[in-house]
Amino acid sequence: MEGSHRAFGVRAIQGGGAVSLLQIDNLSKRFGGVVAVDDCSLAVAPGSITGLIGPNGSGKTTVFNLVTGFIRKDTGSVSFNSKSIDGLGPDRIYGLGIGRTFQLARIFPRLTAVENMLVPVRRKGLRALFSRADWGHEKARAMEMLEFLEISHVANSLGGALSYGQRKLLELGAVMMAEPQLVLLDEPAGGVNPALLERIGDRIRRLNDRGITFLLVEHNMSFVMNLCSEVVVLYRGRPIATGAPEAVRKDPTVLDAYLGA
Amino acid sequence: MRLLRQANNLKVSGIVVLFAIALALPAISPDPATTNIAVFTMMYIGLATAWNIMGGYTGYISLGHAGFFGFGSYTLGLLLAHLGIKAGYTPFLFVPLAGLATAVLALAIGWFALRTRAATFVIVTIAFMFMLQLLAENLVGLTGGGGGLSFPVPPWGGDYFNTPYYYAMLALATLGLAISWRIRRSKFGLGLLAIRDDEDKALAVGVPTRAFKLTAFVVSATLVGMIGGVYGYYVTYIYPQFVVDPLIGISMVLMVFLGGLGTISGPVLGALILEPAQLWLAYNFGASRLYLVMYAAVFLGVILLLPRGIVPSLVELVERWRARTGPSASAPSKAVAP
Ligand SMILES: Nc1ncnc2c1ncn2[C@@H]1O[C@H](COP(=O)(O)OP(=O)(O)OP(=O)(O)O)[C@@H](O)[C@H]1O
Ligand SMILES: [Mg+2]
Repeated sequence: MEGSHRAFGVRAIQGGGAVSLLQIDNLSKRFGGVVAVDDCSLAVAPGSITGLIGPNGSGKTTVFNLVTGFIRKDTGSVSFNSKSIDGLGPDRIYGLGIGRTFQLARIFPRLTAVENMLVPVRRKGLRALFSRADWGHEKARAMEMLEFLEISHVANSLGGALSYGQRKLLELGAVMMAEPQLVLLDEPAGGVNPALLERIGDRIRRLNDRGITFLLVEHNMSFVMNLCSEVVVLYRGRPIATGAPEAVRKDPTVLDAYLGA
Repeated sequence: MRLLRQANNLKVSGIVVLFAIALALPAISPDPATTNIAVFTMMYIGLATAWNIMGGYTGYISLGHAGFFGFGSYTLGLLLAHLGIKAGYTPFLFVPLAGLATAVLALAIGWFALRTRAATFVIVTIAFMFMLQLLAENLVGLTGGGGGLSFPVPPWGGDYFNTPYYYAMLALATLGLAISWRIRRSKFGLGLLAIRDDEDKALAVGVPTRAFKLTAFVVSATLVGMIGGVYGYYVTYIYPQFVVDPLIGISMVLMVFLGGLGTISGPVLGALILEPAQLWLAYNFGASRLYLVMYAAVFLGVILLLPRGIVPSLVELVERWRARTGPSASAPSKAVAP
């Protein structure tokens, strides 16, 4: 697969896979009696599209919430570009270059699609913050992204008026606006029709070609197999297998986990 | 495009005409009964506009803004008393100081209150207001307690009596509107609207929600505090239940809901409708609190018939009409309301 060759190429340049873009070490989180994430360690190589899969309730979304600072971890540490991001809030983490989308697409329903795209754009300084929201070059970039996703025709519609598929695309486009290095996608293909599924997969690959690294959670196996260069399988909050998609698919412990779940 | 520019020109000329009328009002109709209504209406235009910067843009409903109103009022009164300022125009120069003090208070209150959301935030703001009322009552040495606090009595009188206060209120309302307008179209304002729609999502795309909310809260409270200061000087005598009055807090909220939450013109319209109506009822039916019944009725009416307020409903109506008649020149409905 083209994607995987390229991903490994990037890693080779950076020195034999030693350097990871995102490094998660011994992460744990319990909710009352439920151990959602249990001593979980995993790494995301720069330039890769890494898949995070596992049965329902295995802790995938919780890992995302921990990494992006939405919930506090019990133990463990997370570093990005070899720097610790422990204890930072979601806005700071986004500012450092980690974007995320939500399992059920979340957009701003009473803002137009373009305005949705402009919210994440970063500006430096108070003057810039208090001047017009629709600077020409920012808007042009937003329109470009909407065209790339083929939803520019709804640019001026309210977010709340968009179809679920359009919201998925809009959310993906908006998160790209601050030029993140790493994007965590929680079920990017969940609940969309097959044609759109293909478009979403294609756009993720093309964004990856531009140098953006992805960590994605997905239940659609063929989507994961087609897109990902590396897959991590989570089971009861713990990674039980890591490797190339074809190898992971045949791993007996993985088969057991899915059947047992 | 030309249609759009025409509409814009129309809007600008409309604003200019309205402002000119507002400026000339004391000359057009100088009798004290009218200018008294004008002072209070202008006051509520300012209050509703200020409240909307927080409540309308971020969706954080504060029912305790009367606390800032009273605090600004007391601050100005105490400043004038302790500095021995004589009545006249000088007291107006101290209004910004009352605003500054209110800003500091709002920063402290907001620091804690904005850790909560939704219903909890509403309750925290109410609690804050009653706490302030209680303090004003009990810190007798400072505030005069239930006995109240007197302002210097202005030397002017007759038809002119209300005029300086009217212009002070007009100036503050204009300042509030300018700030509201500037925020509404700014990148900062877009962040506030994002918070209103989905705060966690806003956080996820890098909006520093805490700093943004706190800024909006402080700006909103500062304006309210300054207006409270002018009010105190106008009525010349205040006591705790009178300036830290829950009804003042409810009134500004209701005006914004009636006119249109999160719009710029909505709060103005809401104040222009409700305040004269309330005063009319008060004059005609004496001290009976009939206007409370009216408020309840208006509130019910808004919730049931116009949940988004007058301005957004009108904008939608005009757009639907344009879409049907116009040569499809108009863009699809936009979120931006005038
Ligand atoms: N905020 C929360 N409070 C309590 N329990 C939670 C919370 N979030 C997650 N959990 C529990 O933690 C476990 C892991 O949930 P999580 O949502 O991370 O799984 P997931 O792998 O994303 O599942 P799915 O594939 O269904 O999305 C589940 O048992 C879930 O019920
Ligand atoms: Mg999940």
